[in-house]
Amino acid sequence: MESRRNPRAVVDPKVRQVGFFTSSQPDSTYQPDPIASESHPVVSSISPSGNSLSPVMIPPPRHNSSDTFPLRAAAAASAVSPSSFSYSTRRDFPDGSMTASPGRVSRASFSKPSSSLPGVGMDSMAAAKSSSVPASGLTTVSVVNMPPGLSGTVTCFKVVDLVLLDSQCLVYQIAEKESDQKKNSKPLKEKTTKAERRALQEAQRAAKAAAKAEGGKAPLVSSGSVASTNVKVTKPAKPSSQKNDVAAVAAGPSEKKGGQAEKDRKKDAPHPRMQYDDESRVVKAKRRAVVKQTEAKNRVELFRHLPQYEHGTQLPDLETKFFQLDPMHPAVYKVGLQYLSGDISGGNARCIAMLQAFQEVVKDYSTPSEKTLNRDMTAKISSYVSFLIECRPLSVSMGNAIRFVKNRIAKLPITLSESEAKAALQSDIERFINEKIVMADTVIVKHAVTKIRDGDVLLTYGSPTAVEMVLLHAHELKKKFRVLVVDSRPKLEGQLLLRRLIKRGINCTYTHINAVSYIMHEVTKVFLGASSVLSNGTVYSRVGTASVAMVASAFRVPVLVCCEAYKFHERVQLDSICSNELGDPNAISKVRGREDINYLDGLTNNANLQFLNLMYDATPSDYISMIITDYGMVPPTSVPVIVREYQKEHSLV
Amino acid sequence: MWRRSASFVLDKHHNNKPISLTPSLDSMAEVNPNPNPNPNPNPISAYYQTRAKHHGIVTSDWLEQAQAAVVRYPDKDSPVAGRRPFSVIEEFDCWRQQPDLAEAVAAVRALAAVIRASEATTMMELEIELKKASDTLKSWDTTSISLTAGCDLFMRYVTRTSALEFEDFNAAKARVLGRAEKFGEISYKARKIIAVLSQDFIFDWCTILVHGFSRVVLEILKTAAQNKKLFRVLCTEGRPDKTGVLLAKELAKLDVPVKLLIDSAVAYSMDEVDMVIFGADGVVESGGVINMMGTYQIALVAHTMNKPVYVAAESYKFARLYPLDQKDLEPALRPVDFGVPVPPKVEVERSARDYTPPQYLTMLFTDLGVLTPSVVSDELIQLYL
Repeated sequence: MESRRNPRAVVDPKVRQVGFFTSSQPDSTYQPDPIASESHPVVSSISPSGNSLSPVMIPPPRHNSSDTFPLRAAAAASAVSPSSFSYSTRRDFPDGSMTASPGRVSRASFSKPSSSLPGVGMDSMAAAKSSSVPASGLTTVSVVNMPPGLSGTVTCFKVVDLVLLDSQCLVYQIAEKESDQKKNSKPLKEKTTKAERRALQEAQRAAKAAAKAEGGKAPLVSSGSVASTNVKVTKPAKPSSQKNDVAAVAAGPSEKKGGQAEKDRKKDAPHPRMQYDDESRVVKAKRRAVVKQTEAKNRVELFRHLPQYEHGTQLPDLETKFFQLDPMHPAVYKVGLQYLSGDISGGNARCIAMLQAFQEVVKDYSTPSEKTLNRDMTAKISSYVSFLIECRPLSVSMGNAIRFVKNRIAKLPITLSESEAKAALQSDIERFINEKIVMADTVIVKHAVTKIRDGDVLLTYGSPTAVEMVLLHAHELKKKFRVLVVDSRPKLEGQLLLRRLIKRGINCTYTHINAVSYIMHEVTKVFLGASSVLSNGTVYSRVGTASVAMVASAFRVPVLVCCEAYKFHERVQLDSICSNELGDPNAISKVRGREDINYLDGLTNNANLQFLNLMYDATPSDYISMIITDYGMVPPTSVPVIVREYQKEHSLV
Repeated sequence: MWRRSASFVLDKHHNNKPISLTPSLDSMAEVNPNPNPNPNPNPISAYYQTRAKHHGIVTSDWLEQAQAAVVRYPDKDSPVAGRRPFSVIEEFDCWRQQPDLAEAVAAVRALAAVIRASEATTMMELEIELKKASDTLKSWDTTSISLTAGCDLFMRYVTRTSALEFEDFNAAKARVLGRAEKFGEISYKARKIIAVLSQDFIFDWCTILVHGFSRVVLEILKTAAQNKKLFRVLCTEGRPDKTGVLLAKELAKLDVPVKLLIDSAVAYSMDEVDMVIFGADGVVESGGVINMMGTYQIALVAHTMNKPVYVAAESYKFARLYPLDQKDLEPALRPVDFGVPVPPKVEVERSARDYTPPQYLTMLFTDLGVLTPSVVSDELIQLYL
């Protein structure tokens, strides 16, 4: 993994601009030097690629003229000499693959089963072609004459030869592309011999197995290591694929048509952590999207990689579409709309709603002819998930649940009949809800209650469901304690919690987060909820949690975080910028019910005003005394242990 | 302000209310079959009684109070002993009288005796019987962490050994018994392993501060002396039972240069100290340790002066406990001898131990290896999940 560090060192530091800057700068930083020009695509193809790969990397700058970039590189290359043509094609190719890569890599790491979908390969293929067309106009004649398929192969080999280990991801994609290409080109099938096909299949299978084993072993570096193993494995398969590609030249046009149709049919899922500051990709994603969200205009520069929409405009539109969307299951559609309108919020509620919708999906599912249940259902689920992402970004807990569902689908024995398989899946999902969410909560309550003593003053922030259960249970046990509910604008979720606690006769105090530093001195314990817990112990939770935890630790008040183990994730995150969610900017610009506070009226579209309504923040593990999970009470340092054990259990189930 | 502080509320709470031995240490366990209502408002920690007996330093004051306490114990045991001819606690009591035998080992030996005496015919029955016995033992002395940990560990072993693995029940039983017998040996061996592992940390001409009397620490220092290392030891006095004096005596026998400090001279002499080594009553899930009173303040002083703090503890002292602060523990009380009569209307802090949070510890020497505090939780999760 040493090698992955290299290209980053090469990158011009100017690239890492964050904050406020004018967008014309990237062009001026461009250098025709081949190494430098190379490192750009490599880095940028890594950074958006994976869940697990680079959550901590600062996103690449927004090239406001990203189209001119490859062109200029190509022009420079052609000016140097014909021998540099490999560079020029490479320049083109990584860009092409870059547009396709998020789908590819994310699938590989996020949901293994779906990685065998042919659509993505076609995508990258098409992209490679399209990008090679403008380039070929400028470069040498040989490139112009080269049919698209062949240029693809040349690129592959050059890349394999030349690109350093750093771009193993890239190589991996290319290898995959080759195999996918082959799969899709139907007329080709007759030409390959049985033995060749078999060899390729074996290689793919081995690659997949290796990837899985590797992923289980070292989740943090999974993408990198997956790539490296795959490079090794795909090598023996190369001769055969080369032949195929040569053959593909002949079959070029027909293949293109088929690929286009395939691409249209398969709505490719947007990457769950798409970088929304990459314009070309956003445009592409929009074309596919079911939900037409209008984007907010003025966004804070640091958070441009996150989607921000103007809320409340798309709901009527979607409601009218309800009967036209035949590929979408009504249950999923309903849940999606509920996410969109904010009717369902809270990690557990969202996750359960989604799983129950999936149960409906499974119930109503019937395998189309000429398809296998495992493959088709995974594809279906993926398309539903992409719809849900469009409605609201996934939470980590949902991501884990989806991973579980897909894993179960993939592991269904082929011998099962359809009805049996469906029943098994439904009961699996049911069990997940019961064991990982409902039972987990009761166990957490049992543990947490032991920490509440008579005379305690407990502080909680927002409206965490687990904490609410703890408080109610402690009250049932006749413990004498007082609760301090700290709340914040604009959601004011704490009021709901307050209502429920007071109804049970618990002595409560309500305050806003502004007063937390004053109120903290009388608190004996702080109970917090979490959206997810990351493997460095960072707690990712409702925005404001970090401030509360920080004040508490400054006052030496123990901070206890209640979180179910299924919300743990192996990712490492150091700040709240890389991965977050932006809420409705109007929510902070206006105060509901107070028409007299209208100072910002008419300023919402002012170019000098940006609203930042963050939904989550990351609390460093230093501020946390204890995490209460269904595995007991653990220090934040042993989150990786839980993640490891949890995954072990998963693979056993 | 201080009236509202957590510690004051809690102290008042302890003083006003007679402490019943509630299973609050471990309330997720099943409801205790025979909770021992304790008539004594301030029970003296049995664990520290044993220690005091083993270490042989007895003050008159202590003797008086201990005898008073002993008088109360028989009637407390009677409901357990009366029901059946065999009592775990008697067995345990008899084992723990032996010096050089750790409390956890005594607990395991007592549980082994339960197996021997049991008439169970299936593994399940045996398990239930053992569970009852271990709960009785645990509730008998909730202050002893190694007792609880030893019981839990042994239960863990029995429940993980199913009779299915063996041809019949008797073989399984024999296996479990064999394990129990070996346990004492393991605990003895653990000390040796720790002593060997810790040698790398003791360099020539270093000054080591130790607190209280710990068999593991003594073993470490003994081994270092045998390895011809040149070092000197500062021993705290270890009030109120003066266990530091005992350690100093042992070390002086080995010709190790020893200096005795009063407990309040720790900060004064910290600048000449190179490392601090403690034993532990228990190692908790956060990686912190529970040890004799005074450990926490020494660790704090060492931390501010950037001196390494090492803790030597056998792995059977790892307990599934997670105290958040000092008062979050079952208080283990013991008599405190001030030498002068305590004036009337004056309270005495009689807690015998404190909790040192993990951020003040550098390393833990255990028989599983030299660990950072955060690994303790890892080991515990693997052990108990």
